[in-house]
Amino acid sequence: MSMWLSQHWQALNQTLRQLVNTPLSSLLSIIVIGIAFSLPLGIYTLLGNLQTISGDVTDTPQLSLFLKLSTTQEGIENINSRLEKLSYIASFQFISKEIALQQLQQEGGLTEVVNNLIRNPLPDAFIINLQQVTPDELENIRATIKEWSEIEHVQVDTDWARRLDAFLRLGQLAVLMLAVLLSLALVIVVFNTIRLQILTKRDEIEVSKLIGATDSFIRRPFLYFGAIQGVAGAAAAWLLIALGIQAINESLIELAQLYATDFHLNHLSLQDSLSLFIFSALLGWLGARLSVAQHLSQIEPE
Amino acid sequence: MISFKSVYKRYPDGYEALKNVAFTIHPGELVFVSGHSGAGKSTMLKLIAAIERPTSGHVMVSDQNINALKKNAIPFLRHSLGLIFQDQKILYDRTIFANVMLPLQIRGFQKKTAAGRVRAALDKVGLLEKENAYPITLSGGEKQRLCIARAVVHRPSILIADEPTANLDVDYAQSIMEVFRSFHQVGVTVVIATHDTTLLNDTRYRTLLLNQGKLTV
Repeated sequence: MSMWLSQHWQALNQTLRQLVNTPLSSLLSIIVIGIAFSLPLGIYTLLGNLQTISGDVTDTPQLSLFLKLSTTQEGIENINSRLEKLSYIASFQFISKEIALQQLQQEGGLTEVVNNLIRNPLPDAFIINLQQVTPDELENIRATIKEWSEIEHVQVDTDWARRLDAFLRLGQLAVLMLAVLLSLALVIVVFNTIRLQILTKRDEIEVSKLIGATDSFIRRPFLYFGAIQGVAGAAAAWLLIALGIQAINESLIELAQLYATDFHLNHLSLQDSLSLFIFSALLGWLGARLSVAQHLSQIEPE
Repeated sequence: MISFKSVYKRYPDGYEALKNVAFTIHPGELVFVSGHSGAGKSTMLKLIAAIERPTSGHVMVSDQNINALKKNAIPFLRHSLGLIFQDQKILYDRTIFANVMLPLQIRGFQKKTAAGRVRAALDKVGLLEKENAYPITLSGGEKQRLCIARAVVHRPSILIADEPTANLDVDYAQSIMEVFRSFHQVGVTVVIATHDTTLLNDTRYRTLLLNQGKLTV
């Protein structure tokens, strides 16, 4: 076991030395991988941020029922009892026109305007939280409620979020395709780097084989090199994204202040970052493995 | 022990390097393999190290049948061998110390133990002061000593040398032969392919004489 460990330690050492000894070419391939990865990674991060907006809303759709201005107390109770009998409803809440006006006064910063109103223009309303429903079921519920005589208007509050969500799903598909393509690019970059390395180390490999090196001994430093290159490339991409988000957030602050909100982009989560590093290490390893399989067998001592 | 039984070696181009060769080298023996160039000396050594396989016949090295040896078993056969190549195969991009270190790295030695052994091997061939120098700075004889140090650092039971004194003057050749003799004295089997008559004049040792692929003595 300790021999096994020491051999791995040696291979890792050798790999790191190799990286340091050829700083320019190492740096170039790392940057290439970094840039290639930063594209899908950047879009992924952006999508993730947009999803936090749509995410919570879309899970359980919300309906707003606006009642006719002429609706009496009796009519309201009528709707109340009918809603209680309706299926798919998780909870509902009555908001009278007075409360609605108060809320408008407090939240909208429209105190002046509201104070100047002669009469309350707002309707009574019900806010309904539905259970998980399919779009068809949602449409059925909406149609049923719309038939009731006291109802002026039924609004599905989560429509915009659903559209955004659908859009984001499309985006995710694009990211996935991009990621697959650029993962392939990473494998190819590593494949080629390892190929060049094997060529320049031809003598060493040949001598090593002659004096009893096993194939796995010869392979090991190359595999480490591939994996490290993958991770370093991922780190470069991560850094690029971090810098990008930093820059965007700085300008967003100003924009968000104008809209009196606190909107900013979140960085990749720890879990996503870890997955990124592990995944790119595996890809680098794979590129190296393929390259070694292809080129090492061609070096047989004579 | 090394034994050949009716060994033939024919290369893909049809050239027949060895014809019906049979001999046995006992453990701890020192044997010369002699003959003109092209007589099959190198081929014989390559068969022992499983660099080539016999076309027919049997080659046994330390109880292993070279004919039947699986490809992934070859490294382990070579662990018991020390090889000195005609073209030296020195790695010029690393120090003398690192060159001699390579066989121990391959065998997974701990760094400390390995460094001690490398220095012992370099001391034995008189290159200890130059351990941090690069091979390019060495003379022809010193390079040959480096090869010997690399071949013996892992303490092989069989030492195989292909023309170890080629292009060296007589004094150098004698001192290198002295090194081989000292390994022979501690029980290492030594096989030296050479056509250097100054070495072959030493009648204490057996000589296998090859002539156009056939063993004549």
